[in-house]
Amino acid sequence: MKILVTAKRVPDPNATIKVRPDGTGIVTDNVKYVVNPFCEIAIEEALRIKEKHGGAEVVLVSIGGKVAQEQLRTGLAMGADRAILVLSEQEVDPAVVARILKKTVETEQPDLVLMGKQAIDDDSNAAGQMLAELLGWGQATFASAVKLSDDKKSAVVTREVDGGLEDIEVQLPAVITADLRLNEPRYASLPGIMKARKKELKEIPIAEVGVDLSPTIKIHKLEPPPKRQAGKKVGSVQELVQLLHAEAKVI
Amino acid sequence: MSNVLVFAEHQHKKFSKLALVAVRAGQIIAEKTGGECHAAVLGTGVEGLAGELAAYGVKKVYAVEDPALEHYTADAHAQALANLALDKGLDVVVATASAVGKDLMPRVAVRLDGGIACDITGVNDDGTFERPMYAGNVIAKISIERPKKVITVRTTAFDPAAKGAAAAVEQVAAKIDHAALKMKFVSFNETKSDRPVLSEARIVVSGGRGLKNGENFTIVLEPLVDALGAAMGASRAAVDAGFVPNDLQVGQTGKVVAPELYIAVGISGAIQHLAGMKDSKVIVAINKDEEAPIFQVADYGLVADLFKAVPELKEEVEKLKHH
Repeated sequence: MKILVTAKRVPDPNATIKVRPDGTGIVTDNVKYVVNPFCEIAIEEALRIKEKHGGAEVVLVSIGGKVAQEQLRTGLAMGADRAILVLSEQEVDPAVVARILKKTVETEQPDLVLMGKQAIDDDSNAAGQMLAELLGWGQATFASAVKLSDDKKSAVVTREVDGGLEDIEVQLPAVITADLRLNEPRYASLPGIMKARKKELKEIPIAEVGVDLSPTIKIHKLEPPPKRQAGKKVGSVQELVQLLHAEAKVI
Repeated sequence: MSNVLVFAEHQHKKFSKLALVAVRAGQIIAEKTGGECHAAVLGTGVEGLAGELAAYGVKKVYAVEDPALEHYTADAHAQALANLALDKGLDVVVATASAVGKDLMPRVAVRLDGGIACDITGVNDDGTFERPMYAGNVIAKISIERPKKVITVRTTAFDPAAKGAAAAVEQVAAKIDHAALKMKFVSFNETKSDRPVLSEARIVVSGGRGLKNGENFTIVLEPLVDALGAAMGASRAAVDAGFVPNDLQVGQTGKVVAPELYIAVGISGAIQHLAGMKDSKVIVAINKDEEAPIFQVADYGLVADLFKAVPELKEEVEKLKHH
Protein backbone atom coordinates (compact mmCIF):
# COMPACT_ATOMS: atom_id res chain seq x y z
CA MET A 1 0.00 0.00 0.00
CA LYS A 2 1.04 3.57 -0.50
CA ILE A 3 0.55 6.36 2.05
CA LEU A 4 0.87 10.04 1.18
CA VAL A 5 1.69 12.27 4.15
CA THR A 6 1.90 16.06 4.34
CA ALA A 7 4.80 17.84 6.06
CA LYS A 8 4.26 21.59 6.34
CA ARG A 9 7.08 23.90 7.37
CA VAL A 10 5.93 26.10 10.27
CA PRO A 11 7.53 28.23 12.99
CA ASP A 12 8.54 26.28 16.09
CA PRO A 13 5.48 26.12 18.38
CA ASN A 14 7.66 27.37 21.24
CA ALA A 15 8.82 30.43 19.31
CA THR A 16 7.46 33.83 20.23
CA ILE A 17 5.53 35.10 17.24
CA LYS A 18 5.55 38.85 16.62
CA VAL A 19 3.68 40.79 13.96
CA ARG A 20 5.77 43.02 11.68
CA PRO A 21 5.10 46.71 12.36
CA ASP A 22 3.53 47.18 8.90
CA GLY A 23 1.09 44.31 9.56
CA THR A 24 2.03 42.43 6.39
CA GLY A 25 3.39 39.35 8.08
CA ILE A 26 5.20 37.99 11.09
CA VAL A 27 8.79 38.64 12.10
CA THR A 28 10.76 35.70 10.70
CA ASP A 29 14.29 36.67 11.75
CA ASN A 30 15.78 34.14 14.15
CA VAL A 31 12.62 32.05 14.11
CA LYS A 32 13.34 28.34 14.01
CA TYR A 33 11.19 26.28 11.65
CA VAL A 34 10.00 22.74 12.21
CA VAL A 35 7.66 20.14 10.74
CA ASN A 36 4.11 21.08 11.77
CA PRO A 37 3.66 19.05 14.99
CA PHE A 38 0.39 17.52 13.76
CA CYS A 39 2.02 16.55 10.45
CA GLU A 40 4.80 14.92 12.46
CA ILE A 41 2.17 12.77 14.20
CA ALA A 42 0.74 11.90 10.76
CA ILE A 43 4.20 10.83 9.53
CA GLU A 44 4.68 8.67 12.62
CA GLU A 45 1.30 7.01 12.04
CA ALA A 46 2.21 6.25 8.42
CA LEU A 47 5.48 4.67 9.56
CA ARG A 48 3.66 2.56 12.15
CA ILE A 49 1.19 1.36 9.52
CA LYS A 50 4.12 0.52 7.26
CA GLU A 51 5.88 -1.40 10.02
CA LYS A 52 2.74 -3.27 11.01
CA HIS A 53 1.41 -4.16 7.59
CA GLY A 54 4.70 -4.42 5.68
CA GLY A 55 5.39 -3.37 2.14
CA ALA A 56 3.90 0.09 2.39
CA GLU A 57 5.57 3.06 0.77
CA VAL A 58 5.44 6.36 2.65
CA VAL A 59 5.62 9.43 0.40
CA LEU A 60 5.91 12.91 1.90
CA VAL A 61 4.61 16.06 0.28
CA SER A 62 5.14 19.68 1.21
CA ILE A 63 4.24 22.99 -0.40
CA GLY A 64 6.66 25.81 0.26
CA GLY A 65 9.98 27.44 -0.57
CA LYS A 66 13.22 25.54 -1.14
CA VAL A 67 13.82 25.79 2.60
CA ALA A 68 10.99 23.27 3.15
CA GLN A 69 13.51 20.63 1.99
CA GLU A 70 14.70 20.72 5.58
CA GLN A 71 11.32 19.53 6.91
CA LEU A 72 11.04 16.85 4.21
CA ARG A 73 14.54 15.59 5.12
CA THR A 74 13.39 15.39 8.74
CA GLY A 75 10.46 13.19 7.68
CA LEU A 76 12.75 11.08 5.49
CA ALA A 77 15.11 10.68 8.43
CA MET A 78 12.19 9.44 10.54
CA GLY A 79 11.75 6.72 7.92
CA ALA A 80 9.62 7.95 5.04
CA ASP A 81 10.68 6.61 1.64
CA ARG A 82 10.69 9.65 -0.63
CA ALA A 83 9.43 13.20 -0.81
CA ILE A 84 7.83 15.71 -3.12
CA LEU A 85 8.24 19.46 -2.71
CA VAL A 86 5.83 21.70 -4.57
CA LEU A 87 7.89 24.89 -4.83
CA SER A 88 5.97 28.02 -3.96
CA GLU A 89 7.39 31.28 -2.71
CA GLN A 90 3.95 32.60 -1.85
CA GLU A 91 1.63 31.41 0.90
CA VAL A 92 -1.29 29.34 -0.37
CA ASP A 93 -4.65 29.12 1.36
CA PRO A 94 -6.26 25.79 2.34
CA ALA A 95 -8.42 25.60 -0.81
CA VAL A 96 -5.36 25.99 -3.05
CA VAL A 97 -3.44 23.48 -0.91
CA ALA A 98 -6.29 21.01 -1.42
CA ARG A 99 -6.24 21.54 -5.20
CA ILE A 100 -2.48 20.92 -5.33
CA LEU A 101 -2.73 17.84 -3.12
CA LYS A 102 -5.53 16.49 -5.31
CA LYS A 103 -3.13 16.59 -8.28
CA THR A 104 -0.48 14.84 -6.20
CA VAL A 105 -2.99 12.15 -5.27
CA GLU A 106 -3.94 11.67 -8.92
CA THR A 107 -0.27 11.17 -9.80
CA GLU A 108 0.72 9.05 -6.83
CA GLN A 109 -2.51 7.05 -6.38
CA PRO A 110 -2.08 6.48 -2.62
CA ASP A 111 -4.40 4.20 -0.64
CA LEU A 112 -4.40 6.64 2.25
CA VAL A 113 -3.59 10.31 2.81
CA LEU A 114 -2.47 11.24 6.32
CA MET A 115 -2.29 14.90 7.35
CA GLY A 116 -2.11 16.96 10.53
CA LYS A 117 -5.49 18.14 11.73
CA GLN A 118 -4.26 21.70 11.36
CA ALA A 119 -1.07 23.61 10.67
CA ILE A 120 -0.05 25.64 13.69
CA ASP A 121 0.65 28.79 11.68
CA ASP A 122 -2.61 29.33 9.81
CA ASP A 123 -4.70 27.25 12.26
CA SER A 124 -7.48 26.76 9.71
CA ASN A 125 -8.08 23.03 10.08
CA ALA A 126 -9.56 22.80 6.58
CA ALA A 127 -7.16 21.47 3.91
CA GLY A 128 -7.66 17.76 4.69
CA GLN A 129 -11.44 18.00 4.58
CA MET A 130 -11.32 20.02 1.36
CA LEU A 131 -9.02 17.45 -0.24
CA ALA A 132 -11.37 14.61 0.74
CA GLU A 133 -14.35 16.41 -0.79
CA LEU A 134 -12.45 17.27 -3.99
CA LEU A 135 -11.59 13.59 -4.39
CA GLY A 136 -15.04 12.35 -3.38
CA TRP A 137 -13.38 10.41 -0.56
CA GLY A 138 -14.34 9.82 3.03
CA GLN A 139 -12.42 11.49 5.83
CA ALA A 140 -11.63 11.01 9.49
CA THR A 141 -10.46 14.17 11.22
CA PHE A 142 -9.18 14.50 14.81
CA ALA A 143 -7.96 10.88 14.72
CA SER A 144 -6.71 9.41 18.00
CA ALA A 145 -6.63 5.78 16.81
CA VAL A 146 -6.53 4.23 13.34
CA LYS A 147 -7.27 0.57 12.69
CA LEU A 148 -7.04 -0.70 9.11
CA SER A 149 -9.19 -3.67 8.13
CA ASP A 150 -7.37 -6.86 7.11
CA ASP A 151 -8.26 -6.37 3.45
CA LYS A 152 -7.16 -2.71 3.72
CA LYS A 153 -10.38 -1.61 2.09
CA SER A 154 -11.55 0.36 5.12
CA ALA A 155 -10.43 1.78 8.45
CA VAL A 156 -12.11 2.30 11.79
CA VAL A 157 -10.94 5.60 13.20
CA THR A 158 -11.47 6.91 16.72
CA ARG A 159 -12.05 10.66 16.64
CA GLU A 160 -11.67 13.21 19.42
CA VAL A 161 -14.96 15.08 19.22
CA ASP A 162 -16.85 17.37 21.60
CA GLY A 163 -17.92 15.46 24.71
CA GLY A 164 -16.22 12.16 23.98
CA LEU A 165 -14.75 9.79 21.44
CA GLU A 166 -16.46 8.76 18.22
CA ASP A 167 -15.66 5.72 16.09
CA ILE A 168 -16.37 5.91 12.39
CA GLU A 169 -15.70 3.49 9.57
CA VAL A 170 -14.34 5.01 6.42
CA GLN A 171 -13.73 3.33 3.07
CA LEU A 172 -10.20 3.57 1.67
CA PRO A 173 -8.76 5.51 0.03
CA ALA A 174 -9.50 8.23 2.56
CA VAL A 175 -8.02 11.31 4.19
CA ILE A 176 -7.22 10.93 7.88
CA THR A 177 -6.06 13.91 9.94
CA ALA A 178 -4.06 13.39 13.11
CA ASP A 179 -4.89 14.75 16.54
CA LEU A 180 -2.50 15.11 19.44
CA ARG A 181 -2.90 11.71 21.06
CA LEU A 182 -2.71 9.51 17.98
CA ASN A 183 0.90 8.66 18.80
CA GLU A 184 4.22 10.07 19.97
CA PRO A 185 6.46 10.77 17.00
CA ARG A 186 9.89 9.16 17.05
CA TYR A 187 13.13 11.07 16.80
CA ALA A 188 15.21 10.56 13.71
CA SER A 189 18.16 8.26 14.41
CA LEU A 190 21.66 9.09 13.23
CA PRO A 191 21.63 6.28 10.62
CA GLY A 192 18.18 7.56 9.63
CA ILE A 193 19.57 11.05 9.07
CA MET A 194 22.45 9.64 7.00
CA LYS A 195 20.08 7.56 4.88
CA ALA A 196 17.69 10.49 4.40
CA ARG A 197 20.34 12.40 2.46
CA LYS A 198 20.25 9.80 -0.29
CA LYS A 199 16.48 9.46 -0.53
CA GLU A 200 14.62 10.96 -3.46
CA LEU A 201 13.33 14.51 -2.99
CA LYS A 202 11.58 15.69 -6.11
CA GLU A 203 10.84 19.36 -6.66
CA ILE A 204 7.93 20.57 -8.76
CA PRO A 205 7.43 24.29 -9.46
CA ILE A 206 3.91 25.22 -8.39
CA ALA A 207 3.11 26.62 -11.85
CA GLU A 208 3.69 23.16 -13.34
CA VAL A 209 1.15 21.45 -11.10
CA GLY A 210 -1.64 22.63 -13.36
CA VAL A 211 -4.21 23.90 -10.88
CA ASP A 212 -6.02 27.19 -10.37
CA LEU A 213 -3.82 29.11 -7.95
CA SER A 214 -6.15 32.05 -7.44
CA PRO A 215 -6.59 32.55 -3.71
CA THR A 216 -9.98 32.10 -2.06
CA ILE A 217 -8.94 34.06 1.02
CA LYS A 218 -7.21 37.42 1.17
CA ILE A 219 -5.32 38.50 4.27
CA HIS A 220 -5.54 42.28 4.54
CA LYS A 221 -3.66 42.86 7.74
CA LEU A 222 -2.14 41.14 10.74
CA GLU A 223 -2.24 42.62 14.20
CA PRO A 224 -1.11 41.50 17.63
CA PRO A 225 -4.06 40.53 19.85
CA PRO A 226 -5.28 43.02 22.44
CA LYS A 227 -3.20 42.73 25.59
CA ARG A 228 -4.78 41.72 28.85
CA GLN A 229 -3.58 43.72 31.83
CA ALA A 230 -1.93 41.86 34.67
CA GLY A 231 -3.96 42.25 37.86
CA LYS A 232 -2.85 42.05 41.46
CA LYS A 233 -0.94 39.50 43.45
CA VAL A 234 -2.74 38.32 46.54
CA GLY A 235 -1.04 37.28 49.75
CA SER A 236 -3.16 34.36 50.83
CA VAL A 237 -5.93 31.96 49.87
CA GLN A 238 -8.29 33.78 52.26
CA GLU A 239 -7.64 37.10 50.54
CA LEU A 240 -8.17 35.48 47.13
CA VAL A 241 -11.55 34.05 48.12
CA GLN A 242 -12.61 37.39 49.63
CA LEU A 243 -11.73 39.23 46.43
CA LEU A 244 -13.44 36.69 44.18
CA HIS A 245 -16.53 36.96 46.36
CA ALA A 246 -16.72 40.65 47.20
CA GLU A 247 -14.84 42.38 44.36
CA ALA A 248 -15.13 40.18 41.27
CA LYS A 249 -18.43 38.66 42.43
CA VAL A 250 -17.80 35.39 40.63
CA ILE A 251 -18.14 33.04 43.60
CA MET B 1 -26.98 41.52 -0.26
CA SER B 2 -26.33 37.93 0.72
CA ASN B 3 -28.72 35.61 2.43
CA VAL B 4 -27.23 33.43 5.15
CA LEU B 5 -27.83 29.79 5.98
CA VAL B 6 -26.94 28.72 9.53
CA PHE B 7 -26.10 25.10 10.27
CA ALA B 8 -27.76 24.46 13.65
CA GLU B 9 -25.78 21.65 15.22
CA HIS B 10 -27.51 19.29 17.62
CA GLN B 11 -26.25 16.35 19.66
CA HIS B 12 -28.62 13.41 19.44
CA LYS B 13 -31.61 15.68 18.90
CA LYS B 14 -30.72 18.15 21.63
CA PHE B 15 -29.42 21.65 21.03
CA SER B 16 -26.51 22.89 23.11
CA LYS B 17 -25.45 26.52 23.21
CA LEU B 18 -23.67 25.94 19.90
CA ALA B 19 -26.78 26.17 17.74
CA LEU B 20 -27.86 29.51 19.16
CA VAL B 21 -24.34 30.94 18.91
CA ALA B 22 -24.28 29.98 15.24
CA VAL B 23 -27.67 31.64 14.75
CA ARG B 24 -26.48 34.86 16.42
CA ALA B 25 -23.34 34.94 14.28
CA GLY B 26 -25.44 34.28 11.18
CA GLN B 27 -27.76 37.14 12.10
CA ILE B 28 -24.83 39.52 12.54
CA ILE B 29 -23.35 38.51 9.19
CA ALA B 30 -26.74 38.90 7.49
CA GLU B 31 -27.31 42.33 9.09
CA LYS B 32 -24.01 43.62 7.72
CA THR B 33 -25.06 42.82 4.16
CA GLY B 34 -28.77 43.54 4.53
CA GLY B 35 -29.59 39.89 3.89
CA GLU B 36 -31.86 37.37 5.56
CA CYS B 37 -30.78 34.74 8.06
CA HIS B 38 -32.14 31.23 7.56
CA ALA B 39 -31.28 28.12 9.58
CA ALA B 40 -31.16 24.39 8.91
CA VAL B 41 -31.47 21.38 11.20
CA LEU B 42 -30.25 18.13 9.65
CA GLY B 43 -31.14 14.62 10.74
CA THR B 44 -34.07 12.25 11.03
CA GLY B 45 -37.20 13.30 12.88
CA VAL B 46 -35.91 16.82 13.46
CA GLU B 47 -39.11 18.75 12.85
CA GLY B 48 -39.53 19.37 16.58
CA LEU B 49 -35.98 20.69 16.83
CA ALA B 50 -36.57 22.93 13.84
CA GLY B 51 -39.69 24.23 15.61
CA GLU B 52 -37.62 25.09 18.70
CA LEU B 53 -35.16 27.02 16.60
CA ALA B 54 -37.93 28.92 14.82
CA ALA B 55 -38.43 31.02 17.97
CA TYR B 56 -35.06 32.76 17.66
CA GLY B 57 -35.68 35.44 15.10
CA VAL B 58 -34.56 33.77 11.89
CA LYS B 59 -36.45 34.16 8.62
CA LYS B 60 -37.02 30.47 8.03
CA VAL B 61 -35.96 27.10 9.45
CA TYR B 62 -35.41 24.08 7.20
CA ALA B 63 -35.85 20.60 8.65
CA VAL B 64 -33.62 18.57 6.33
CA GLU B 65 -34.33 14.86 6.54
CA ASP B 66 -32.72 11.74 5.13
CA PRO B 67 -31.89 8.32 6.64
CA ALA B 68 -28.19 9.03 5.90
CA LEU B 69 -28.36 12.00 8.28
CA GLU B 70 -29.39 9.94 11.31
CA HIS B 71 -25.88 10.16 12.72
CA TYR B 72 -23.43 12.88 11.84
CA THR B 73 -21.03 12.00 9.05
CA ALA B 74 -19.15 14.64 7.09
CA ASP B 75 -19.85 13.43 3.57
CA ALA B 76 -23.64 13.03 3.89
CA HIS B 77 -24.06 16.26 5.87
CA ALA B 78 -21.92 18.21 3.40
CA GLN B 79 -24.08 17.03 0.50
CA ALA B 80 -27.30 17.91 2.30
CA LEU B 81 -26.17 21.33 3.49
CA ALA B 82 -24.62 22.37 0.17
CA ASN B 83 -27.67 21.17 -1.77
CA LEU B 84 -29.93 23.22 0.47
CA ALA B 85 -27.78 26.36 0.11
CA LEU B 86 -27.80 25.99 -3.68
CA ASP B 87 -31.52 25.24 -3.96
CA LYS B 88 -32.53 28.16 -1.77
CA GLY B 89 -29.99 30.61 -3.16
CA LEU B 90 -28.27 31.15 0.18
CA ASP B 91 -24.74 32.33 -0.58
CA VAL B 92 -23.26 32.37 2.91
CA VAL B 93 -23.21 29.28 5.14
CA VAL B 94 -22.34 29.65 8.82
CA ALA B 95 -21.60 27.14 11.61
CA THR B 96 -19.70 27.15 14.89
CA ALA B 97 -16.08 26.02 14.88
CA SER B 98 -17.03 22.97 16.97
CA ALA B 99 -15.64 19.51 16.24
CA VAL B 100 -18.57 18.99 13.85
CA GLY B 101 -18.36 22.46 12.28
CA LYS B 102 -14.62 22.13 11.65
CA ASP B 103 -15.09 18.67 10.17
CA LEU B 104 -18.03 19.58 7.96
CA MET B 105 -17.73 23.11 6.65
CA PRO B 106 -14.56 22.82 4.52
CA ARG B 107 -16.38 20.13 2.50
CA VAL B 108 -19.38 22.42 2.11
CA ALA B 109 -17.05 25.16 0.84
CA VAL B 110 -15.70 22.80 -1.83
CA ARG B 111 -19.19 21.73 -2.91
CA LEU B 112 -20.21 25.37 -3.27
CA ASP B 113 -16.94 26.25 -5.02
CA GLY B 114 -16.59 28.92 -2.37
CA GLY B 115 -14.01 30.07 0.13
CA ILE B 116 -13.90 29.37 3.84
CA ALA B 117 -13.03 31.60 6.78
CA CYS B 118 -12.31 29.38 9.77
CA ASP B 119 -12.81 30.13 13.45
CA ILE B 120 -13.65 33.82 13.06
CA THR B 121 -13.89 36.01 16.16
CA GLY B 122 -15.34 39.14 14.59
CA VAL B 123 -17.31 40.53 11.66
CA ASN B 124 -16.43 43.96 10.28
CA ASP B 125 -18.70 46.41 8.48
CA ASP B 126 -16.61 46.23 5.30
CA GLY B 127 -17.30 42.50 4.93
CA THR B 128 -13.96 41.39 6.34
CA PHE B 129 -13.56 39.03 9.27
CA GLU B 130 -11.19 38.80 12.21
CA ARG B 131 -9.60 35.45 12.90
CA PRO B 132 -6.77 34.30 15.16
CA MET B 133 -3.68 32.67 13.67
CA TYR B 134 -0.43 31.40 15.20
CA ALA B 135 -2.15 30.11 18.35
CA GLY B 136 -3.82 33.45 18.96
CA ASN B 137 -0.61 35.48 18.72
CA VAL B 138 -1.85 37.15 15.57
CA ILE B 139 -5.26 38.47 14.64
CA ALA B 140 -5.76 38.52 10.89
CA LYS B 141 -8.24 40.66 9.00
CA ILE B 142 -9.34 38.54 6.06
CA SER B 143 -11.89 38.47 3.29
CA ILE B 144 -13.30 35.59 1.27
CA GLU B 145 -12.59 36.17 -2.41
CA ARG B 146 -15.40 34.02 -3.76
CA PRO B 147 -19.11 34.70 -4.34
CA LYS B 148 -20.06 31.78 -2.06
CA LYS B 149 -18.80 32.09 1.47
CA VAL B 150 -18.50 29.50 4.22
CA ILE B 151 -17.72 30.65 7.75
CA THR B 152 -17.08 28.91 11.05
CA VAL B 153 -17.27 31.07 14.15
CA ARG B 154 -15.44 30.74 17.44
CA THR B 155 -18.06 29.76 20.00
CA THR B 156 -16.76 32.04 22.74
CA ALA B 157 -16.70 35.12 20.51
CA PHE B 158 -20.46 35.37 19.95
CA ASP B 159 -23.44 35.41 22.31
CA PRO B 160 -26.32 32.98 21.83
CA ALA B 161 -29.29 34.30 19.83
CA ALA B 162 -32.20 35.73 21.79
CA LYS B 163 -35.84 34.87 21.17
CA GLY B 164 -37.39 36.85 18.35
CA ALA B 165 -40.15 36.75 15.77
CA ALA B 166 -41.32 33.22 15.01
CA ALA B 167 -40.27 31.69 11.70
CA ALA B 168 -41.91 29.17 9.41
CA VAL B 169 -40.51 25.65 9.35
CA GLU B 170 -40.10 24.00 5.96
CA GLN B 171 -39.55 20.26 5.54
CA VAL B 172 -36.89 19.57 2.94
CA ALA B 173 -35.68 16.29 1.45
CA ALA B 174 -31.88 16.19 1.52
CA LYS B 175 -31.38 14.77 -2.00
CA ILE B 176 -28.33 12.78 -0.99
CA ASP B 177 -26.50 10.59 -3.49
CA HIS B 178 -26.24 7.53 -1.24
CA ALA B 179 -23.94 5.65 -3.60
CA ALA B 180 -21.29 8.33 -3.11
CA LEU B 181 -21.14 7.97 0.68
CA LYS B 182 -17.89 6.55 2.07
CA MET B 183 -18.34 7.04 5.81
CA LYS B 184 -20.30 5.22 8.46
CA PHE B 185 -20.95 6.09 12.08
CA VAL B 186 -19.97 3.23 14.41
CA SER B 187 -20.26 4.42 18.02
CA PHE B 188 -19.99 7.36 20.37
CA ASN B 189 -18.40 6.99 23.77
CA GLU B 190 -19.47 9.95 25.78
CA THR B 191 -17.07 11.17 28.43
CA LYS B 192 -19.13 10.46 31.52
CA SER B 193 -19.13 13.34 33.93
CA ASP B 194 -21.50 15.01 36.35
CA ARG B 195 -19.62 18.22 35.79
CA PRO B 196 -20.64 20.96 33.36
CA VAL B 197 -19.34 20.79 29.78
CA LEU B 198 -15.96 22.51 29.52
CA SER B 199 -16.89 24.91 26.74
CA GLU B 200 -20.12 26.00 28.42
CA ALA B 201 -19.17 26.08 32.12
CA ARG B 202 -19.47 29.26 34.22
CA ILE B 203 -16.32 28.32 36.13
CA VAL B 204 -13.35 26.36 34.79
CA VAL B 205 -10.49 25.05 36.92
CA SER B 206 -7.51 23.85 34.89
CA GLY B 207 -4.42 21.99 35.97
CA GLY B 208 -0.98 21.98 34.42
CA ARG B 209 2.27 20.15 34.66
CA GLY B 210 2.68 21.58 38.17
CA LEU B 211 0.29 18.88 39.37
CA LYS B 212 3.07 16.38 38.60
CA ASN B 213 0.86 13.38 37.73
CA GLY B 214 -2.63 12.25 36.83
CA GLU B 215 -3.39 11.05 40.33
CA ASN B 216 -2.99 14.57 41.67
CA PHE B 217 -5.68 15.78 39.27
CA THR B 218 -8.00 13.39 41.07
CA ILE B 219 -6.95 13.90 44.67
CA VAL B 220 -5.85 17.56 44.67
CA LEU B 221 -7.67 19.37 41.86
CA GLU B 222 -11.02 17.58 41.55
CA PRO B 223 -12.26 18.41 45.10
CA LEU B 224 -11.82 22.12 44.28
CA VAL B 225 -13.48 21.67 40.88
CA ASP B 226 -16.51 20.08 42.53
CA ALA B 227 -16.66 22.55 45.42
CA LEU B 228 -17.01 25.30 42.80
CA GLY B 229 -19.39 23.32 40.57
CA ALA B 230 -16.83 23.92 37.84
CA ALA B 231 -15.65 22.10 34.73
CA MET B 232 -12.13 20.72 34.77
CA GLY B 233 -9.56 21.61 32.14
CA ALA B 234 -5.88 21.06 31.57
CA SER B 235 -2.93 22.57 29.79
CA ARG B 236 -1.44 20.91 26.75
CA ALA B 237 1.66 20.11 28.81
CA ALA B 238 -0.48 18.07 31.22
CA VAL B 239 -2.19 16.31 28.31
CA ASP B 240 1.12 15.63 26.56
CA ALA B 241 2.50 14.19 29.79
CA GLY B 242 -0.47 11.78 29.84
CA PHE B 243 -1.96 13.12 33.11
CA VAL B 244 -5.44 13.61 31.61
CA PRO B 245 -7.21 12.92 28.31
CA ASN B 246 -7.04 15.36 25.39
CA ASP B 247 -10.69 16.39 25.61
CA LEU B 248 -9.78 18.38 28.73
CA GLN B 249 -7.18 20.41 26.86
CA VAL B 250 -7.74 24.15 26.94
CA GLY B 251 -5.80 25.98 24.26
CA GLN B 252 -5.55 26.80 20.61
CA THR B 253 -5.29 23.11 19.69
CA GLY B 254 -7.90 22.06 22.24
CA LYS B 255 -10.96 23.80 23.60
CA VAL B 256 -11.33 27.56 23.62
CA VAL B 257 -13.18 28.66 26.73
CA ALA B 258 -14.38 32.01 28.08
CA PRO B 259 -16.01 31.36 31.47
CA GLU B 260 -16.81 33.96 34.12
CA LEU B 261 -14.04 32.55 36.27
CA TYR B 262 -10.96 30.66 35.09
CA ILE B 263 -8.57 29.25 37.68
CA ALA B 264 -5.20 28.11 36.34
CA VAL B 265 -3.41 25.80 38.75
CA GLY B 266 0.23 24.90 38.17
CA ILE B 267 0.06 26.22 34.62
CA SER B 268 2.99 28.30 33.42
CA GLY B 269 0.96 30.00 30.69
CA ALA B 270 2.37 28.87 27.36
CA ILE B 271 1.19 31.00 24.45
CA GLN B 272 -1.03 28.30 23.06
CA HIS B 273 -2.76 27.84 26.43
CA LEU B 274 -3.38 31.57 26.81
CA ALA B 275 -5.01 31.56 23.37
CA GLY B 276 -7.61 29.18 24.72
CA MET B 277 -8.62 31.06 27.88
CA LYS B 278 -7.60 34.71 27.76
CA ASP B 279 -11.14 35.87 26.99
CA SER B 280 -12.33 34.59 30.38
CA LYS B 281 -13.93 37.32 32.47
CA VAL B 282 -11.84 36.78 35.60
CA ILE B 283 -8.59 34.83 35.60
CA VAL B 284 -6.91 33.45 38.71
CA ALA B 285 -3.44 31.94 38.60
CA ILE B 286 -1.89 29.78 41.30
CA ASN B 287 1.74 28.98 40.65
CA LYS B 288 4.84 28.75 42.79
CA ASP B 289 6.98 30.43 40.12
CA GLU B 290 6.30 34.14 40.38
CA GLU B 291 7.87 34.69 36.97
CA ALA B 292 5.35 32.39 35.23
CA PRO B 293 3.80 34.15 32.20
CA ILE B 294 0.31 33.17 33.39
CA PHE B 295 0.54 36.00 35.96
CA GLN B 296 0.70 38.54 33.12
CA VAL B 297 -2.89 37.75 32.15
CA ALA B 298 -4.26 36.94 35.62
CA ASP B 299 -6.57 39.33 37.46
CA TYR B 300 -5.59 37.67 40.72
CA GLY B 301 -2.32 35.88 41.14
CA LEU B 302 -1.31 33.75 44.08
CA VAL B 303 2.33 32.73 44.30
CA ALA B 304 2.11 29.56 46.34
CA ASP B 305 2.69 25.83 46.44
CA LEU B 306 -0.44 24.47 44.79
CA PHE B 307 -0.42 21.35 46.96
CA LYS B 308 -1.04 23.59 49.99
CA ALA B 309 -3.09 26.33 48.33
CA VAL B 310 -5.62 24.20 46.43
CA PRO B 311 -6.94 22.20 49.44
CA GLU B 312 -7.07 25.47 51.41
CA LEU B 313 -8.97 27.15 48.59
CA LYS B 314 -11.44 24.28 48.55
CA GLU B 315 -12.01 24.70 52.30
CA GLU B 316 -12.53 28.44 51.97
CA VAL B 317 -14.96 28.01 49.07
CA GLU B 318 -16.98 25.54 51.11
CA LYS B 319 -17.00 27.85 54.12
CA LEU B 320 -18.33 30.61 51.90
CA LYS B 321 -21.08 28.36 50.61
CA HIS B 322 -22.22 27.52 54.13
CA HIS B 323 -22.53 31.14 55.17
